[in-house]
Amino acid sequence: MHDAAFLGYISSMAEHDHDHNGGSNLSEMELRVRALETILVDKGYIESAALDRIVELYETKIGPHIGAQVIAKAWSDPGFRHALLEDASKAVAAFAPHVGNVGDHLIAIENTPQVHNMIVCTLCSCYPTDVLGLPPTWYKSFAYRSRAVKQPRAVLADFGVTLPVETEIRVWDSTAETRYLVVPMRPAGTERWGEAQLAKLVTRDSMVGTGLPKKPSEVA
Amino acid sequence: MDGIHDMGGTDGFGKVEPEANEPVFHHRWEGRVLAMSRAIGVFRAWTIDTSRYAIELMAPSFYLSRSYYEKWFLRNQNLLIERGLIDADEVAAGRALRPAKNLSRGPFSLADVDKVTRRGSYGRPAPAAAQFKVGDRVRTRNIHPTTHTRLPRYARGRVGVVERLHGAHIFPDSAAAGKGEDPQWLYTVRFDAQELWGPDAEAKLKVSIEAFEPYLERA
Repeated sequence: MHDAAFLGYISSMAEHDHDHNGGSNLSEMELRVRALETILVDKGYIESAALDRIVELYETKIGPHIGAQVIAKAWSDPGFRHALLEDASKAVAAFAPHVGNVGDHLIAIENTPQVHNMIVCTLCSCYPTDVLGLPPTWYKSFAYRSRAVKQPRAVLADFGVTLPVETEIRVWDSTAETRYLVVPMRPAGTERWGEAQLAKLVTRDSMVGTGLPKKPSEVA
Repeated sequence: MDGIHDMGGTDGFGKVEPEANEPVFHHRWEGRVLAMSRAIGVFRAWTIDTSRYAIELMAPSFYLSRSYYEKWFLRNQNLLIERGLIDADEVAAGRALRPAKNLSRGPFSLADVDKVTRRGSYGRPAPAAAQFKVGDRVRTRNIHPTTHTRLPRYARGRVGVVERLHGAHIFPDSAAAGKGEDPQWLYTVRFDAQELWGPDAEAKLKVSIEAFEPYLERA
């Protein structure tokens, strides 16, 4: 795996990188990434317009609003909630091809008054991208990956979340290709709310388990 | 491998610092790296397991000091060279110096985008009946392969309970070693925190991993 070119490349990068806080490393990266893209385009592997489209999709179309619609539907429709917990890939695909393009092995797990669920990937950055978009930096951070499985209450405190001492915390380490989506508890006082309004309560972090849904007063 | 990437339970990394209104990409080049990673996948020059292993093989000091997408970039570039899709002298020159060899298909284009922005399937027909069922007590094996594995260190040699069966999936340990998919049953195995972290573990905590059958034995 580690050939001489690779190791040489690492040391050449290290030489470039005298100042982490300055801009030089970033502009260096911009140049190197552009060079690689140029090579791949020139050799006929990729078209830049297709890369533009991928970036645009992740910046504008594939994000936590997809998951929020799924959760709002689950809160509103007991049949859908059941189907979602049974087979989330199937349920989401059937519910809304227009909502998202959801792949296999998506698993929804439900918070209850007794159990609060939290998702982590201690080994890399596995995340339910099809329904939440690309993971935020904190999800990929060493701090989160190292602590979530050992001190989840301390991690929750970093997010300003305190749960009752009697609540069990269940942490799911995503060590395979299964992807977990937390179904948070529906906030009280939303009994007459429609799905579109409910979706506004559902934050990204509440679907990873590091947050709770917004209070009704925050979106009313 | 017992690498720096295997971070579960490591102390000293400090608080988690969520960023308010975080952009999807902090720099333009990060988006290009992500998009290139997705796009190049259509050439099937390597698997997702190989791509993870390539990052795990980076020196610990490098792993810790570089950003997420810097590591992705280096991984992509290295694998592209290693698998012969591009050459090191082209990287040095910053441009293509010769045509692609054995191009298996046309360029990744707009028509291909949908394929790579949706996760693929890693499920495979089961080669044999599952050895464990929901509710079984199992012990994770105390194994320390020097190659890629998805059994984290903090959960080795520990007794837990099988909570879910997910069918048979591509076995990362085999796929990353270039030994084929070798599908294995995949389970969710749940542990009490005390089993993992001892008597001082946080109260009322349970942790699960996704464990392939070769990681497990009957407890």
